[in-house]
Amino acid sequence: MRYLPHTKDDIDSMLETIGKPSIDSLFDSIPDKLKTKEPLDLPQALTEWELDDHMHNVEQSIIASGLCTYFIGAGSYDHYIPHAVKYLISRSEFMTAYTPYQPEVSQGTLQGIYEFQTMITQLTGMDVATASHYDCGTALAEALLIALKKKKKKKVAVSALIHPAHKQIINTYLNPAGYEMLEIPFDENGRTDFSKVPDDDIAAIAVQSPNFFGNIEKLEQAKNACDEKKVFFIASFTEALSLGLLKSPGSYGADLVAGEGQSFGLAKSFGGPGLGLLAGTNKQMRNLPGRLVGKTKDSNGDRGYVLTLATREQHIRREKASSNICSNNGLNALTAAMYLASVGKTGIRKIAQQNHDKAVYLRKKLSEAGFTFPFETEFFNEFIAKAPEGFADTRKRLIEDRCLYAGLDIGQYFPDFKDHYLFCATEKVKKEDMDNLALEVKAL
Amino acid sequence: MNHPGTSGLIFREPELWEKSRAGRCAVSIPGSDVETAPLNQEFTRDDVDLPELYEVDMVRHYTRLSQWNFGIDSGMYPLGSCTMKYNPKTNEAQASRDALASVHPLAGEPYTQGALKLMYDLERQLSAITGYDAVTLQPAAGAHGELTGMLIIHAYHEKNNDQRSKVLIPDTAHGTNPASVTLCGYEAVNVDSGEEGILTPEAVEAVMDEDTAGIMVTNPNTLGLFERNIREIADIVHAKGGLVYGDGANMNAIMGIVKPADIGIDVMHLNLHKTFSTPHGGGGPGSGPVGVTKALEPFLPVPIVEKNGENYTLTCDRPDSIGRLHTFYGHFGIMVRAYSYILSMGAEGLKNASQYAVLNANYLKESLKETLNLPFDKPCMHECVFNDKKQQAYHISTMDIAKRLLDYGFHPPTVYFPLVVDGSFMLEPTETESRETLDQFVQAVQAISREAAETPDLLHSAPNLTKVTRLDEVSAARKPCLKG
Repeated sequence: MRYLPHTKDDIDSMLETIGKPSIDSLFDSIPDKLKTKEPLDLPQALTEWELDDHMHNVEQSIIASGLCTYFIGAGSYDHYIPHAVKYLISRSEFMTAYTPYQPEVSQGTLQGIYEFQTMITQLTGMDVATASHYDCGTALAEALLIALKKKKKKKVAVSALIHPAHKQIINTYLNPAGYEMLEIPFDENGRTDFSKVPDDDIAAIAVQSPNFFGNIEKLEQAKNACDEKKVFFIASFTEALSLGLLKSPGSYGADLVAGEGQSFGLAKSFGGPGLGLLAGTNKQMRNLPGRLVGKTKDSNGDRGYVLTLATREQHIRREKASSNICSNNGLNALTAAMYLASVGKTGIRKIAQQNHDKAVYLRKKLSEAGFTFPFETEFFNEFIAKAPEGFADTRKRLIEDRCLYAGLDIGQYFPDFKDHYLFCATEKVKKEDMDNLALEVKAL
Repeated sequence: MNHPGTSGLIFREPELWEKSRAGRCAVSIPGSDVETAPLNQEFTRDDVDLPELYEVDMVRHYTRLSQWNFGIDSGMYPLGSCTMKYNPKTNEAQASRDALASVHPLAGEPYTQGALKLMYDLERQLSAITGYDAVTLQPAAGAHGELTGMLIIHAYHEKNNDQRSKVLIPDTAHGTNPASVTLCGYEAVNVDSGEEGILTPEAVEAVMDEDTAGIMVTNPNTLGLFERNIREIADIVHAKGGLVYGDGANMNAIMGIVKPADIGIDVMHLNLHKTFSTPHGGGGPGSGPVGVTKALEPFLPVPIVEKNGENYTLTCDRPDSIGRLHTFYGHFGIMVRAYSYILSMGAEGLKNASQYAVLNANYLKESLKETLNLPFDKPCMHECVFNDKKQQAYHISTMDIAKRLLDYGFHPPTVYFPLVVDGSFMLEPTETESRETLDQFVQAVQAISREAAETPDLLHSAPNLTKVTRLDEVSAARKPCLKG
C-alpha cells in the first residue's frame, strides 16, 4: 500500500527497539475475547487506476451533473466559482493543517480566517463573526440556544418561512433540553406576519430573509416585534449573495445572524459541506459558540493572529461551554474569503444585481407561458410560481432530455401549495435557457 | 544534526484591504443578457466595503498566506488524538469530479442514484469496520456525531418512559463529551480513571445508578491505553438500564482488530477526518458518522438512504427518529474522500494502518522514554503521553519543548491534554510516518532536551525560525480585535 512506509526490515528493527516479538504482541493489552477473529468484510483494495474507473462509473450514474441548468436553489445555489479560488484552496498547506493550535506555524489559516470574519461582519452589518459553523440550519439552532440561555426562557418563535429543514434541525436541537419552537404564520404577501407572534413567553424571534418563498422580509417589522416583547432578534439567510444587494440584517438591529455561505465559491456537492455563518453584536461576543480569531502581537512586536476567547469553548469549559462545537467548516470559510476577495466591492454588487435581473426575467417569461404567482412581493433570485396543468411531465422530460431543472415542487413542504414551484435564477442561467423553458411550457 | 527545519524566504503580506485599490476586480463578469430590473430601494443597501484586488494580487495574497502554514504535506504532525495521517491526493481528485462536486441536493432521487449508492455503500463499509447494524453519515463533525449519539440515547430512554438525568464521563475524555451531554439536558458526572490510567469496573459500579442514562468512553482512551475492562463496564451500565457511548476519535488504533459493537458499545461516532484520511482543512469541514446497534436503529436521524431492489431512496418516514441534524445529508464531499480511502486500502490495508499506527507510537514511546518522563510506562496503542517532569529542573515546560520543536521542522504534539497528566505531551505519529522520520523526530527531542540543560534560553525564546514568534494571547483575549 503506497501510503504505508514500513519494509520488513523496518518492522523487525522497530519491534526489537520496543522489545516485542511481533506486531500482534503489540495488542496484548486487549483481552483476546474482545478481538475480532475474521478479516473485515470489505471489497478488494483498488489501485489508483482501478479507483479512477470505479469513480468514473459512479459519476456516470449521476444525471444531475455540472452541465445542468439549475432553476432551483432552496438553500443550495448554482453560482460561478472562479478558477483561482478553486486552485488556491487546494493548496495543501491550507488543506492538510489542523485547527491552528500552534499559531506560529498557522498564520496563513489565522490571517485568512481573520479576514473572513471581517468581511462577514461587513456583509451582515454585525460586530463579530465566528470562524464558521457547519451550515445555516445548525448555526441558527445555536443562535436560538444562546437566546434561550440568556433570557432563561423555554420557547422561541420562528417564522413559518424559514427553510423547512432548518425548522427540523431546530426541533432536534431544542426539544431534548425541554425547549419548544413555535411558528409565526405568514401573510397573503408571502411574508412573516409579525402581528401574529404567539403570546407565549419567548426568548427570541427568528426570521429568514429572503425567506423560503424567496420573498424579502420587512425586517423592521421583525425588529419592532422583538423590541415590543424584549426578545432576541435573530435573522437568517440561505442565499448569502443577496447581501451584495440587500440591506444587511445588522442595519435592522439584529442581535444574532445565522446564514449559509455556500454561494461564496463553494460547490453544491450534494448539499455539503457548506458554510455556516454566525455573527452577533458586541454584546453577544462572549456568548457565541465556536472559534474566533483575534489580532495580536508577537514577542518582537510584529503583527500576528491567534485563536482567542477560548474560555467559551468546550476544551476549557467542558460541560459549561457555550456549545460542543470543535471542528467547524474552516476551509470553506477560507474559500468564501477567497471568493469575496476576488469579486470585491464592485463584483459582488454586479453579480447580485444580475441574479435579481435574471430572476425577474424568468418570472416574466413564466408568466407569458401560463404560470401564475401567489405573491406580488419583492424577491431577490427566487420566487414561487403556480404551474399550468401538465407541467410536472414537462419538468421531468426537461431533466431527462436536457438536464434542465425547472423549479422545485414545494407541495412537499407546504401542502396548501400544490402545483407550486420554487424557481431560482443565478448569474449562470442564460436568457436562451429561460426563453426555451417558456417555449416548452407554452407548448403544453 | 539532521532535521528538516531551516529558515527560508518568508514574505510579508498585509491584510487584504491594505492591498485594495478602488476599481480593481479579480473576476471578469460577463455582461448581462437581460434587462436590468432595479429592486425597490426600500430594500437595497449601499456598496459593501469589500477589498478590491486584481487576480494576481489575490493569488499572491493567498499563496503567501499558505506558506506560513504547516500541514501534513509539510512534515510530521504528531498531534495526539487528532490522527494527522497523510491525506491521499486521489481522494481530492475523486471528490472534485464534476458530477460529484456539482450535484444539487434537491435534484431528485432518480437523478442522483450514484450519489445515494455511494452513501449507502459507505454506510455498509463503516458497519463492516465497526460491527454496527446501522450507520448515519449525517453528522458534520466529531462533536456533531457525539451530539447525535447522545440524542439517540436520550430518545431511547424517552421511548421507554425512563428518562434519566446524568451521564458518566471519565476524566480522560475530550472536552466535547461533557459539552455534548449538556446540550441534551443531562448532567455530566466525572469518573476517575484508576492508577493504571484506565477505568475500573469498581469506579463505574460506584456511580452507575438507574438515573444515569449511560457512559461515554473513548477506547483506546486519550492516554493511548486500551480500556480492557470495557466489557465488564458495559455489563454494569446495561444492567442498570443505561447505554454505552463510544467516542471513536481513536478508532485508528483498532481497525480490523476490535469491532466496537462487539465489546458492549451501543453507539459510537467516527471521525472521517481522522481515521479515514480526509483533510482537516485548518479546522474542518470534517464528518462524524454514527454507528448504532439494532435496538437503536429506529432513532437514527432522517433522512436515511434505503435500497429497494436496485433503487436508492431517501426516507424520512421514521416516527422514532431524533430528527434532522443537517440542512441536507451531511458533508457529502468528505464522504466521497473517505469512500475512496476505504476502497484504496481494503480490509488488509486498514488493518495494517492500525498495526503500524500502534507500532509507530510504541517505537516513539520506547525511543523517548529516557529523554522525557513517561507517567504510564506500559504498552500503548496509537498514541502515548509524556510530560515535562524531567525538564522542570531547568525551568523548561512542555510548551517550551513544543515551541522549540517548530524550529526543528516538526509540528508539536498535543500539549496539556489529557488533563489527568500534568504538562501532557501527547504524541500520535500515525501509520504514515516512516522510520527515518520518526528517528529524526526522536533526535530532535533529544537535542532539545540537551538544550534544556545547556542553553535553556533557546527554548524560552522558541520558536525562532517561524514567521512570528510567541504571540501575546493574553492581550488578544483581554482586548479582542476580531475584525479589521
